[in-house]
Amino acid sequence: MPRITRHYRLQWEAVQDCHVLLYPEGMVKLNRSAAEILLRCDGTRTVAAIVAELEQAFDTGGLRSEVEDFLGHARHQRWIDA
Amino acid sequence: MATPGPPLWLLAELTYRCPLHCAFCYNPIDFADGKQELSTEEWLRVLREARALGSVQCGFSGGEPMLRADLERLVGEAHRLGYYTNLLTSGVGLDERRMAALRTSGLDHIQLSFQDSTREVNDFLSSTRTFDLKRKVAASIKRHGYPMVLNVVIHRLNVDHVDRIIAMAVELGAEYLELANAQYYAWAHRNREHLLPSREQLQRADAVVEDWRRRSGEAMRIYHVVPDYYEARPKRCMNGWGNVFLTVTPDGTALPCHTARMLPGLAFPNVRDGSLREIWYASEGFNRYRGDGWMKEPCRSCPEKTLDLGGCRCQAYLLAGDPAAADPVCTRSPERARVDAAIERAQQPDDGRPPSQPLVFRTPKASRALAGG
Repeated sequence: MPRITRHYRLQWEAVQDCHVLLYPEGMVKLNRSAAEILLRCDGTRTVAAIVAELEQAFDTGGLRSEVEDFLGHARHQRWIDA
Repeated sequence: MATPGPPLWLLAELTYRCPLHCAFCYNPIDFADGKQELSTEEWLRVLREARALGSVQCGFSGGEPMLRADLERLVGEAHRLGYYTNLLTSGVGLDERRMAALRTSGLDHIQLSFQDSTREVNDFLSSTRTFDLKRKVAASIKRHGYPMVLNVVIHRLNVDHVDRIIAMAVELGAEYLELANAQYYAWAHRNREHLLPSREQLQRADAVVEDWRRRSGEAMRIYHVVPDYYEARPKRCMNGWGNVFLTVTPDGTALPCHTARMLPGLAFPNVRDGSLREIWYASEGFNRYRGDGWMKEPCRSCPEKTLDLGGCRCQAYLLAGDPAAADPVCTRSPERARVDAAIERAQQPDDGRPPSQPLVFRTPKASRALAGG
């Protein structure tokens, strides 16, 4: 169950009109889909649950591979653990 | 010129007072000019106004920010406003009581400086006995659950210890290690002959870092920054003048970078005289080197000008005598020979090149003497 790494913080930035991920001395601007995925990485949802939620929220299907690709990238960047 | 984006990074230099006297300090040579530090209320206003403009990373720095008794209050307000809060400290004054108070205030991260992996060089370069204290502070940072960046300024006198510095950072549990080669401004520029490493030293250090990365992966992340002088192209300084970075100095001067105060012919605004919005968007100090309209040749017609934006204005001033010149680090600069001469000298062994002046430590007394002379 993926979770934002300790010491990282996800927040909405009105001035930039996007979510950002903050960490020691750094910031990543997130696009809409990255933010929607990371907002659900709270350590209580499985990847399957995240995919199902997103598919329902955006009334679409077949998001699994996109979500998994992004989570792989996020894990590599150490934005999330588990 | 396009409207600049928000000042995402706010560096709050709370004080120039410092218990350390590091010979490579980037604070201005004339830091001891006695100008009055901003009050708590003034800093609180700076934090609020910068946040409203879109600042999101806030660094509390100095000098030594622990010397401000109101640090916890400022961190608390910054946290409440939604900043990611970073404390950049030597560790002096960061005792258990204040560590806990800062945690409660919402401090997110601590960057702790070391001068070396050995007590001898650490204490010599900072002209203090602080090595053992720093190790204790590092342990305390980890105990309190902060992420820790160890910052070690690298130069001729410690560059051969990079392997031991890495080992020390691992032992102390650092999440990040910044091996930041000194860049030659202010005190480091004054002491350049003593500090600029040889090419061979840098290559050895780079090999050590690469070898460690190969063996240990990403467990601890190492940022290794080489001196500009050894590059063929200048850095994209501050990611662009007045583009993302806003420094407020202890007396309230607002700067596009922490060394820009040295530049002649530019009046930098003071937060006591106006709002940060006016300062960021409308002041001459911030607008002067935005974009590329100010550029001269060889930058003006250079196909790479949008990549490096002409490099660093302070380096141009220090080495070419003109803040609007190309950064002399660039091999296309007509002044590159000055950089090459400094490098050439750095290749000679220490016993073959007696320094023309002694190492000067960053003390108030030296500051007044140099600024006066």
